[in-house]
Amino acid sequence: MAIELPDNVVITQLDELVSWCRKNSLWPMPFATACCGIELMATGASRHDLARFGAEVFRFSPRQCDLMIVAGRVVMKMLPVLQRIWQQMHEPKWCISMGACASTGGVFDTYSVVQGIDRFIPVDMYVPGCPPRPEQLIQAVIDLQGKIQREGTMFGGEFERPQEQEPKRALQGPEVVRDWPR
Amino acid sequence: MAVQGTIEQFSTAFPQVETSEFRGQTRAVVPSEALFAALEWLRDEGGFDMLVDVTCVDYLASRGAPGRFGLVYLLLDTQEGERLTLRTYVNDPEPEVRSAVPLWEGANWLEREVWDLFGIRFAGHPDLRRIVLPDEFATHPLRKDYPMQGRGERHNFPVITRGEG
Amino acid sequence: MPLERVLQSGDLAHDEAQEYLWTMNFGPQHPATHTTLRIVLKLDGERVVDAMPDIGYLHSGFEKLGEELDYNQYVTVTDRMNYISPMANNVAWHLAVENLMGIEVPRRCQYLRVIVAELARIADHLVCNGAVGLDTGAFTYFLYAFNPREKIYDIFEALCGARFTNSYTRVGGLMRDATDEAIAMIRVVIGELPKAIDDMERLLNRNKIFVDRTKGVGVLTKEEAISRSATGPIARASGVTRDLRKDEPYLCYEDFDFNVCCARDGDCFARYLVRMAEMRESLRILEQAVENLPQGPVDVGMGERATLPNKGMVYSTIEGLITHFEMVMTNRGFEVPVEELYTATEAPNGELGFYLVGDGSNRAYRARCRPPSFIHFAMFPHLIRGHTLSDVVAVLGSLNVIAAELDR
Repeated sequence: MAIELPDNVVITQLDELVSWCRKNSLWPMPFATACCGIELMATGASRHDLARFGAEVFRFSPRQCDLMIVAGRVVMKMLPVLQRIWQQMHEPKWCISMGACASTGGVFDTYSVVQGIDRFIPVDMYVPGCPPRPEQLIQAVIDLQGKIQREGTMFGGEFERPQEQEPKRALQGPEVVRDWPR
Repeated sequence: MAVQGTIEQFSTAFPQVETSEFRGQTRAVVPSEALFAALEWLRDEGGFDMLVDVTCVDYLASRGAPGRFGLVYLLLDTQEGERLTLRTYVNDPEPEVRSAVPLWEGANWLEREVWDLFGIRFAGHPDLRRIVLPDEFATHPLRKDYPMQGRGERHNFPVITRGEG
Repeated sequence: MPLERVLQSGDLAHDEAQEYLWTMNFGPQHPATHTTLRIVLKLDGERVVDAMPDIGYLHSGFEKLGEELDYNQYVTVTDRMNYISPMANNVAWHLAVENLMGIEVPRRCQYLRVIVAELARIADHLVCNGAVGLDTGAFTYFLYAFNPREKIYDIFEALCGARFTNSYTRVGGLMRDATDEAIAMIRVVIGELPKAIDDMERLLNRNKIFVDRTKGVGVLTKEEAISRSATGPIARASGVTRDLRKDEPYLCYEDFDFNVCCARDGDCFARYLVRMAEMRESLRILEQAVENLPQGPVDVGMGERATLPNKGMVYSTIEGLITHFEMVMTNRGFEVPVEELYTATEAPNGELGFYLVGDGSNRAYRARCRPPSFIHFAMFPHLIRGHTLSDVVAVLGSLNVIAAELDR
């Protein structure tokens, strides 16, 4: 390039910049129903600190959050509440299904437990475990941050075009960590 | 773990009662018409001032039980530390007994749960409606003829996709 | 759930329309409802005129599962009942099964079960008081309470591999014996916990804001506690001096010297103090148990046909081989009498009992759990009437309502 840029001018794609901002300040909405809720609280407590990853503010109001962490089993009486809270959240929003019960129904294949919340709301990240260790939840948040960085657009276009998103795959672990941060 | 004196007085007052003992615990079986009178006697004369639990067992076609549902009342005397298990049997259709709420306040929710999960009516209960299941739920799931995975009630909801909502 | 239908029930104090009263929905998604419970409050300004609880948002069919899983599989489900003290539920379940079968476990197993049950009690009271602190605004207290819990999690991990939802007990014994490192870790925690509890007490015991918010709030008298079937720290804070560990000792509690913590006032502050004192008593029991831990086997002998024998015995003795086959073949398993029995233990929340109906096979015909949270939450409308909206969270926190045990 012939033009000499001074040091205080940065050129980047606006999408990437916005995704970087969004991923590093995900505000979780803890939808904690059962035992996974306690591990979620432990992830936010002092030893495994989720605040290091930008997810400091556990606001319990759906209007102020962008990441819903469904921690625990969802039963048929609670599912309409879950759907209503999801609809009350503003775009862009993501969902982590934490634990075996939220992902598939877990140990509870009974008449009242929904066998996986992804039957009824769109889920971006699944965390296996019963309950998952806090490190697993942190890995899920990191993976979600990687997904937001790779696919995010400023105006939320990726949600309109699911076919352009990556197909679902298992937790990759260390390779994703190498991707981050830019 | 019940002192023999109370049980003997109880058997004298209610001759239809059959008592037995297993692993140190005393059980008594009363017919369902005499249930409320027996509970009242046990609370006032017997000194059993705490109702520990009210539950039910569905004996559908098993073990030669005298009725389909066995209602179980677990009683405790807080002064002496004695326990007593009181059982009664009720049958289909329309199983019904008198409610124990006038005697112990704690029976309120316990009886609501038995109604919700088994379908046994408690006459005189102040507020007999479903407690742990949704109001729209049609049947009583803990009965033995209801399948474990249910009959499709758990997945009867609209789906929300990305793009809408 | 539509709100109108809920209001027409008979729980409410007033049946006529009173337009100045304001109805507010509290839950089921709310930071201060400890997971999923819902209360419909009728307010006169800030005063609660009536409260109507609506539960069932976590009803997972535990009791139906009890009829399908066998006695060793169901312990995984009992973990998920009172999930802040899962070891206590495991101990309670297997005590009930072993009482029904007429088995007595060896001394070492009894001591280890007491140790894990008391550790679970400390963990439970830490969460309960921590949540009371969090709901009344003391966030530091909450973090102080969760810190010792991480140390207790490390102990559980050394014992059985899982931080919580442990499923540590088995019929006739434990999953695995405790290693010396685990016992050493317990000794270290016994040394460190008193200071942590002191720090917590220094934050809130004489804090004017906390004391004003909890003293005189949600008073439960002794007669009401008995009539409403309250047990555990809630009943003891109202003056009912019953503790199953002393009155009906199970496992080896009669070997230990400890006090039963009671109070007279029956308000939220009394319950908070009773739980803090119970943590210290649990530490005393732990010290005595760890010092006097007997050596020996941790599972019952092979004659009882209750536990899987170790592999050495299976491959080298005929009794070992036969016992292993008897336990594992699908139409065999435990021999359980066709009888019904209720066994109660002193769980951190109250009297946790299991009413088991055996039918000869290795599954229960009916496994009923007597849930202390369910019975305590039924008292909530009575406790909150006349108090203000801000007292709702204090009373709810002091009742220690765990939604999974509430709804099962």
